[in-house]
Amino acid sequence: MIGIESLATRSFRVITALVLVTWLVLPMIPLAIWSFARGWYFPNLLPTQWSLAAWEYALSDTAGILDSLLLSIGISFAAMMLAILIGVPAGRALGLYKFRGKEYIELLILAPTIVPGIAVVLGVHSVFIWLGLTNTVPGVILVHLIPTLPYMTLVMAGIFSNYDPSFEEQARSLGASGIKTFWYVTLPAILPGIIVGGMFAFLVSWSQYILTLVIGGGRVITLPLLLFNFATSGRNDITGAIAMIYILPGILILLFTARHLTGRSGIGGIGQI
Amino acid sequence: MSDRLKIFLLLAPVLTILIVMFLGGLAIGLLRSFNYMPIIGLTKPNIDAYVSIFTSKEFYVSFGLSLYIAVTSTVISSILAIGSALLLRRNFIGRSITQFLFQLNLTVPHLVGAIGILYLFSQSGSFARLAAEWEMISKPSEFPAMVFDPYAIGIILQYVWKEVPFIGVIVLANMQSLGENFEGVARSLGASRWQAFRFVLLPLIFPGVLSASVISFAFTFGAFEIPAILGANYPAALPVLAYRKYTDVDLAARPEAMAMAVMIALLSSVMIFFYVRYSRRRIRN
Repeated sequence: MIGIESLATRSFRVITALVLVTWLVLPMIPLAIWSFARGWYFPNLLPTQWSLAAWEYALSDTAGILDSLLLSIGISFAAMMLAILIGVPAGRALGLYKFRGKEYIELLILAPTIVPGIAVVLGVHSVFIWLGLTNTVPGVILVHLIPTLPYMTLVMAGIFSNYDPSFEEQARSLGASGIKTFWYVTLPAILPGIIVGGMFAFLVSWSQYILTLVIGGGRVITLPLLLFNFATSGRNDITGAIAMIYILPGILILLFTARHLTGRSGIGGIGQI
Repeated sequence: MSDRLKIFLLLAPVLTILIVMFLGGLAIGLLRSFNYMPIIGLTKPNIDAYVSIFTSKEFYVSFGLSLYIAVTSTVISSILAIGSALLLRRNFIGRSITQFLFQLNLTVPHLVGAIGILYLFSQSGSFARLAAEWEMISKPSEFPAMVFDPYAIGIILQYVWKEVPFIGVIVLANMQSLGENFEGVARSLGASRWQAFRFVLLPLIFPGVLSASVISFAFTFGAFEIPAILGANYPAALPVLAYRKYTDVDLAARPEAMAMAVMIALLSSVMIFFYVRYSRRRIRN
């Protein structure tokens, strides 16, 4: 269509891609090097001494980093499960039915993906004080539903808009119970959506900072809070090690779901990270 | 069971959570910004907090700084994202690895990017060391301040790093669904490559670019941890200032923090308006 491309055009493309790739990877490089460095002072381009001390510290039982990791996994997993339980039925309603006021409900579900956490969380903090939920893990899990639920619901709405509910009626007319119909007909059809939506809900919760800081009140120390504290206290080597641990789930999830990522719905949630 | 009842039951949990926590959080913030909360004995609403923030220079400086950060990083990101999408829709050596890194960047939390930018651009960071290696500077303080600086260069660099892939992936999906037929027709009618882009492709992808950049704008205006890591102590970005006021030992500063949260919420509702407008138009097309 566009004609035969010259060598110049093609090399221009490779060079711009190279610049782009370098820029995308660049901020990760000092973090990775720092995690293996001991006393890496100006103006040394590379550490004069390499060491596993930061990793030993990070992975030791006494440092509390592993506790923080487990707590973060627990909180994000719980937020993901709740988002699935609540988001799947909601996605079904939005994907399968047309009803009055639907656009307002869609607007309410979309809004938390745009309104910044700081605008909401100070008010939520007041409410949670009365409910006794501040400084608690359940409080943090609940507040993580604000950014995760919209995303899960919108993914499932997309899945259900391509779903044919008449298969369920056929199963029922052949004598299957409601539970059996869900288990053998509905669930297999929507499972890919649940997995992808759930993983991104996990990542959205995984990356929350200000919601955890305000509602957890400094008592619920997830991995990003710990990372922030080490980064601002100047322990660059340990900061580097925590950062490497912290980005791992995202990389694993991407490797698992790479081909699903180009969809429009997939990206809306990623923008929250 | 009637359809109406079914729809209601399916939506009840999500609506309960979002109405109580999201709308409730916004509403309580609004009430407390007027220092009105009967349940804790504050029965006389007043506008002291708004008077206080609108008469202090600090608020205007922070609001202006956040606006400047959001506008600059969104405009730069959008332009670079369109360029990257144009690149990535073509075949070239190393395209799949570029695409993979593009997507990988989306999964890296902003906080990690911010610390990475700090270690790259601080006065004793990687670039300062390179400058020393090439004998352009002899001590760290000679390196230009790019973090904790009044122009928020580090913050903008971090946002550009994160938002180019975010907007880029959306624009790329948009371009791929359009195909190349429109441009092909324009080219065969004698349009130059630039004309085919400017007058055919760009108008077609523009609503998509706009709705993605609206999300990016709202995020870059309201995010906390990035300016907290990379920003100057003064002026502080608005979310950082609001958090400082909220955790101030002087409890009287809390309504001011709430008033700032209300201002951020108001600005993001303008963004929602634009988002809905442009994403609807895109669907209609």
